[in-house]
Amino acid sequence: MRHVSKDIAAWSLCFLSGLSLLGCSGPAAQQHSDSPDEQTATASEGTEVTLCDNETKTVVQGPVTSQAEGQRIANALMAQWQAKNPDVDWEAEERKSRTFVPSADNSHLLKKEDTQAVGHPYRNYTEADLESWKRDTERLVVAGSKVFHSADELGSTIAVSCDMCHPNAANTHPETYPKFQTQLGRVALLRDMINWCLQHPVRAPAMEADDPRMRALEAYIISQRAGIDLEYGKH
Amino acid sequence: MSSRRKTAPKSIETKYMETREEVLRGLGQLDRRAFMRVSAGAMGAAVAAGVGINPHSFTPVTVSTAQAQPGGGAGAESFRFAYISDSHLYKKDLNERFVRNLLRAVDDVNAMDPQPDFVLYGGDLAQLGQREELDLGAEILKGVKAPVRMMVGEHDWYLDMGERWRHHFGAPNYSFDHKGVHFVVLNSVVEEDFWTARGLTDMERMLTVAGLDNGKQNPFTVGSPQREWLKNDLAELPSTQPVIVFSHSPLYKLYKNWNFWTDDADEVQAILKRFNSVVVIHGHTHQVLTNRIGNIHFHGMLSTAWPWPYAPEGLPGLTVQMNRPDPFNPMDGCGDGAIQVHPDGLVDKIYKLWNRNPATVSRNYMASNGRKDKPTPPNTDSY
Repeated sequence: MRHVSKDIAAWSLCFLSGLSLLGCSGPAAQQHSDSPDEQTATASEGTEVTLCDNETKTVVQGPVTSQAEGQRIANALMAQWQAKNPDVDWEAEERKSRTFVPSADNSHLLKKEDTQAVGHPYRNYTEADLESWKRDTERLVVAGSKVFHSADELGSTIAVSCDMCHPNAANTHPETYPKFQTQLGRVALLRDMINWCLQHPVRAPAMEADDPRMRALEAYIISQRAGIDLEYGKH
Repeated sequence: MSSRRKTAPKSIETKYMETREEVLRGLGQLDRRAFMRVSAGAMGAAVAAGVGINPHSFTPVTVSTAQAQPGGGAGAESFRFAYISDSHLYKKDLNERFVRNLLRAVDDVNAMDPQPDFVLYGGDLAQLGQREELDLGAEILKGVKAPVRMMVGEHDWYLDMGERWRHHFGAPNYSFDHKGVHFVVLNSVVEEDFWTARGLTDMERMLTVAGLDNGKQNPFTVGSPQREWLKNDLAELPSTQPVIVFSHSPLYKLYKNWNFWTDDADEVQAILKRFNSVVVIHGHTHQVLTNRIGNIHFHGMLSTAWPWPYAPEGLPGLTVQMNRPDPFNPMDGCGDGAIQVHPDGLVDKIYKLWNRNPATVSRNYMASNGRKDKPTPPNTDSY
């Protein structure tokens, strides 16, 4: 996933750098930090400060003597990083823009008498487990929505995206695959139809089956049909 | 390879363009006088030979039962106008498919015989409201032989808030009288400001509105200034005056998530309620769509660019659906059409689908609330 994978990386980076900047914003951190991430070799003219992405850098002249000065340097680095990663809030933005179906409720797993078998290492789930499953699952769906709605992510040469014919993935009927696609003369999976659409109405190169964008697209399309009976082969 | 193989498969679009060019080349060899002589001669011969006139292609010859009365009154004459809608043009070098589809629609209406009294353009001429898109659309629509009546859609508007569109086509709301019918054109895609507070750029605003399932925008409205204008425009008219309204969005509440919806539809309907005969023709929904609320009959228009799926809920009972368009045919579910206006101001709505039989939703079907003259669904075979 060319753009989205970068975005996901950027998203986690945002967290990391936010945390590390908190750590390096005090005067002590600026002057005496022993973290190799934050402060690296000094040239005689100044001190080079590197963000935890190992790319964003600035040179500080002389000793940093106040917290305000440290904060200023940290803010400047952060701003520099954000300018390089303008799409950092993509997940929140995407969630605000589109309608999502929440992933299934797994709270029954928390009932001890049902499934929390004593001593079973895989069954002692906590609410935190369930939350992390939900977050990760839905994040793939949200990433799929971003690809689905973006001609650029899809690689369209004619500025066409999936949502232009399929708002909310309507008329994609993922629950009917695999099925014999008469126009293709063979049995197709959902991803085969996605690739057909990419190559024809969207005029984009086909995606490998394990392309992260393809996985995300499938996740989004299927999620929008939650609750519909699976009827593979249906026309 | 320097020479093309003769057997190279051609796309439907290429074949269509070749046929079109051939016809145009042929026409170019006739000068205007020769053409007039030829057609007058043909008509004369047809009349002399007592050839029957095909009621479908020659309907509005004269069916007038009374002189059209200025300012209204039922009993006007029958006539026909055509429509083209929702072409969603990008720049020509970015996406030529949408351009060719609009050209095809222009050819369709230019080939109508007799010519329609006028052609309604139903909005969304451009995809992202860009100058090149609107300029290209305006240029293509100049090729329409009949007069064109323009309506605005959200895709035309939200980049520069209608500046370029108005440059070409003037005010987005206006009214006119034609053969005893009072026509009103509305701008029904007015959205409350959601962009200033979020600090969106013009293009971000446009892209938000352009996404049908983008929930960050506000619902469409006609808005109170325009409702006041509408009230004043209709104030002097008797309730017997046939009224036809053009709006880009359906002037009722169908499905809010996709803005198949006008938020102040109830207020607008209240203004139209006192007239015996009101027809609303709308774009935006890209499908065969029919509704009736009291005395108001609603008809959707087809898009030339792509068909929309039906909304997952709230489909009006009078709608006879077209089945799901075939994704393997980029023209399926697209098209243009015509509206035959009867002397009482009610209409037959004709959907000219490019890949299917045409569908007509008749005046009688609407007037009988669906009991008579049910349209044949314009379906393709299952695939």
